[in-house]
Amino acid sequence: MHGIHLTIVLAPLAAAIVAGLFGRQIGRAGAHWITNLAVGSSFVLSAMVLKHLYLDGGQAENYSLYTWAVSEGLRMEVGFLVDRLTALMMVVVTFVSWMVHIYTIGYMHDDPGYQRFFSYISLFTFAMLMLVMSNNFLQLFFGWEAVGVVSYLLIGFWFKRETAIFANLKAFLVNRVGDFGFILGIAGVVMFTNSLDYATVFASAGSIAAQSVEVLPGIPWNAMTLICILLFIGAMGKSAQAPLHVWLPDSMEGPTPISALIHAATMVTAGIFMVARMSPLFELSETALAVVLTIGAITAFFMGLLGIVQNDIKRVIAYSTLSQLGYMTVALGVSAYSAAIFHLMTHAFFKALLFLGAGSVIIAMHHEQDIRKMGGLRKYMPITYWTAVIGTLALIGFPGTSGFFSKDALIEAVRESHWHGQGAVYWIAYLSVVLGVFVTALYSFRMFFLVFHGEERMDKETKSHLHESPWVVTVPLILLAIPSAIIGWFTIEPVLFGGFFGEAIRVTSEHDVLARIGETFHGSWEFIVHAVTAGPAVYLALAGALTAWFLFLKRPDLPEKWAEKFSGVYNLLDRKYYFDDLYIKGFAAGGRRLGLFLWKSGDELVIDGMMVNGTARSIGRFASVLRRVQTGYLYHYAFAMFFGLTLILAWLLWA
Amino acid sequence: MDLTTNMLSVLIWLPIFGGIAVVLLGDGRDASSGRAVQMRWLALGISLLTFIMSTGLYYSFDTSTAAMQFVERAPWISAFNVEYYLGVDGISAPLILLTTFITPLVIISSWDTIKSRPAQYFAAFLILEGLMIGVFSALDGVLFYVLWEAMLVPMFLIIGIWGGERRIYATLKFFLYTFLGSVLMLVAFIYLYNKTGNFNFFSFMDVQLSLKEQQLIFIAFLLAFAVKVPMWPVHTWLPDAHVEAPTGGSVVLAAIMLKMGGYGFVRLSLPMLPDGSEYFSGMMIALSLIAVVYIGFVALMQKDMKKLIAYSSIAHMGFVTLGFFLLWSTAGGSGAELGMTGGMVQMISHGLVSGAMFLCVGVLYDRVHSRQIADYGGVANTMPKFAAFMVLFALANAGLPGTSGFVGEFMVIIASFKANFWFAFLAASTLILGAAYTLWMVKRVIYGEVANKNVANLLDLERREFVVLGILALAVLLVGLWPAPLVDMMSVTVQELLKHVSQSKLAGL
Repeated sequence: MHGIHLTIVLAPLAAAIVAGLFGRQIGRAGAHWITNLAVGSSFVLSAMVLKHLYLDGGQAENYSLYTWAVSEGLRMEVGFLVDRLTALMMVVVTFVSWMVHIYTIGYMHDDPGYQRFFSYISLFTFAMLMLVMSNNFLQLFFGWEAVGVVSYLLIGFWFKRETAIFANLKAFLVNRVGDFGFILGIAGVVMFTNSLDYATVFASAGSIAAQSVEVLPGIPWNAMTLICILLFIGAMGKSAQAPLHVWLPDSMEGPTPISALIHAATMVTAGIFMVARMSPLFELSETALAVVLTIGAITAFFMGLLGIVQNDIKRVIAYSTLSQLGYMTVALGVSAYSAAIFHLMTHAFFKALLFLGAGSVIIAMHHEQDIRKMGGLRKYMPITYWTAVIGTLALIGFPGTSGFFSKDALIEAVRESHWHGQGAVYWIAYLSVVLGVFVTALYSFRMFFLVFHGEERMDKETKSHLHESPWVVTVPLILLAIPSAIIGWFTIEPVLFGGFFGEAIRVTSEHDVLARIGETFHGSWEFIVHAVTAGPAVYLALAGALTAWFLFLKRPDLPEKWAEKFSGVYNLLDRKYYFDDLYIKGFAAGGRRLGLFLWKSGDELVIDGMMVNGTARSIGRFASVLRRVQTGYLYHYAFAMFFGLTLILAWLLWA
Repeated sequence: MDLTTNMLSVLIWLPIFGGIAVVLLGDGRDASSGRAVQMRWLALGISLLTFIMSTGLYYSFDTSTAAMQFVERAPWISAFNVEYYLGVDGISAPLILLTTFITPLVIISSWDTIKSRPAQYFAAFLILEGLMIGVFSALDGVLFYVLWEAMLVPMFLIIGIWGGERRIYATLKFFLYTFLGSVLMLVAFIYLYNKTGNFNFFSFMDVQLSLKEQQLIFIAFLLAFAVKVPMWPVHTWLPDAHVEAPTGGSVVLAAIMLKMGGYGFVRLSLPMLPDGSEYFSGMMIALSLIAVVYIGFVALMQKDMKKLIAYSSIAHMGFVTLGFFLLWSTAGGSGAELGMTGGMVQMISHGLVSGAMFLCVGVLYDRVHSRQIADYGGVANTMPKFAAFMVLFALANAGLPGTSGFVGEFMVIIASFKANFWFAFLAASTLILGAAYTLWMVKRVIYGEVANKNVANLLDLERREFVVLGILALAVLLVGLWPAPLVDMMSVTVQELLKHVSQSKLAGL
């Protein structure tokens, strides 16, 4: 299997190098063929790996490829851990990536940076695979930063646009704030275990939890809590959790295919994956889990609200992504790691589908992204429309769709999580995810209705050119729509209740909410029936959709009136809770002012002005005195010599 | 001649005599004369030969011993027991390799950009190369000091003759700062000579010194080395020197000469003055962290690309001194080896990355004759190949894993976490600050619409420039993806050094 693993990783890398360095030689077709072939092969091989591990009962593999460096007994290695968790991620990543590769042939058709784009997305696939397949923290961090860099390059792909290069710098820096915590977390792991290897670290998890550190003198902290919170700060950056979420909406400046691949399906879920992978650590700190739960809940609900007031089709989906990532984080917070990964998987399919659908709409609309200028596209773009129906239903959790299974299981898990029950955290989380269902349905159907139904609000010129996108665009839509619709039905039982992940995810028995839900689970059909008869979620989703229908199709005059009437609330949402203002006018401007102050006052005034040039001036003054002594008159020198000799003689005699 | 016994002498004197030959043979001031062309080929040939010979240093290097290798020893000034004593270990060998690697690249990069007195220019770099290799291999105090000071002369000339408008101010500042610092080092050597009767570094290491003596000698050394590193607050000569230096001068200054300071700490201060070092270690860590954070903010606001990279150098060198002085803050020395190795890897990496960054600025300067960020914008439109290199080196400068810039920082951050959470906290802020100042510059220079006519008329890299940047890019990636050979070269020497440093000299008194 080792050869297969290596091929899966290296094929996209090789393709990226060829397309990137020899783009001119191989031409546009060469670039898309080689990258598609590479990523397609990676997908097929990844599927084989998953089959081997799941259906054929193959063993998980954990091995080192090469030693990066060794110092002080700390082995820093590059290696793979391929278990079912990894294999599932590999399949999701390579599948979505491949779909995006095909789609890009159509979407970027006229772009002069065609080869560069293919090179980047293949490179991204390589980096993401390195991240999920890693068996140690060093390589995890490598993949973590590498996907961040490719994201940086891709958000700024159209580097002439001022907004794009602002967004990519912002994305990188906010991610770096997360990575700042992440690297400290890794350093903490090394401090207590002297190892970077997952298996070794997990084996000594108990001993970490038994120790304490004093970050502030006199206040002992549980070492595990500190490490987990630091690691989670990394996840907050990468998976865009409040308050480090601000980069994701702006990342929509990048071309749509990468919004689907990186900023919806794969990279942003790296944080979720990481925490699930670290379950043996997080399980040992309820404080850290409570932090995870709170952050997730806040993100899930409040970011969803922002989706309601956005008018850019991609930004609506971006806020939806934030909210859904919040859902996954909530699941992590209640130790339902499998549910988080399950939602990660279904979300990857339906959110990539929605983004690619939005891209298809954007092509048809000649790069108009304002949903207020769309409407009635249903009849012009049937394939895009029907796949969007599936994607939207999956997103709101319509019974039977993939999103329904994953989201409903997740909500159930939160409800079952009684071990958080003492605190307010539990109630906040539960309310957030339940009310979030209504919000999700509201913004999803608002967008859906404004784009595909109702009045045709585009200009005549655009309207005359409206047509369905070419097959390279629609085929990926269809291929993504299929799993979005049905995959939940087949996978919920093994993934959540059947011990699919085995040893990869560890949950202590008192935290194991999924096991408790599993006791009453009797198949997918029963699960649907139960949700429809018992849960509020399904009805809240329905209510959200109906509200959207009423407000945006039936009475489209109302939203504007309400926006004026409740302008305080509206502005709060429109300005995104003023986070950007705080960061840009507060932190960024403050940092620049501090830099200017240190430079002008510290370096130039104090150090150079007083110390260096001051010394130089003093020397200069001394020298000018000396110069006066050097008169050139012989008798002056003679006198000086005489005087000096007398002094020396006197000193010698006295001493 | 057996190369392994005379290897170091060859590496020192080949470029020095080569440089002298270039000066003597080269005549005119005219860069286009046939003679000038021959001279630069000769200079390149000598530097390449030196590099090829130095690879022998790598292949014949025994990584299993901390003892000095390639030792050469002969009396020099018998009256004072001064010796011509050379040798390398895992600390100095990588630095010599860095020197021989960078010098040919510098010569190629200055190929036809130096219009006046090209022969003398190339000769200065060759002589400088020999002297720097000498500093890294000298094991005798006088020899070390002579080479250390002699090294200043060619650099002084490079900045003073081929530098920018304010070159006189910059050279004076550079000379006074570094000269004042190193004079005290000589005083310290003479003091130690009075105790031991010779200038041998090993007898300096073995001699018993009281705490007071160690403190005073530490301060004398500190002034010499801190200026070179440079550490906050004696760093302000560096931005000025860089701004006025020609590209090649900046590259050598950043890539190699700054390493002299770090090298001095590990070769002299730490093993000779373990208790003095311990006494001042808290201060050293504090100054290092100030360099990382304070200078990081200052770098953010620079308007001149060379100044920005110069400040970024100071911040990165902060990791070097931080890693070196962690030993006494860690519990039971855990993390000390990691920190020291990290600091040394950081020196090598900084040599590659900062050298590459200065070359990138040089490429732009050769075309537009401006170093101001504001004079650029949208360079990627007209120079895509250059943009790719610049972004790669910028990311390396920001410590991206997979590039050399990450390796040392990672090791030092891990080591400092073992010492104190807040050390690591402040050190790790470089992840944010380093990315902010580097990538903000990239945004303003490389990305965006074509800003003005100069940018619109830019021509992409010539083959010569492409080769130089390409080689550096490969080196940056190689060290980033597989630092093991470099780390293995150092590790036994570092262990031995730590053993030495953790033995107090006060016990015997």
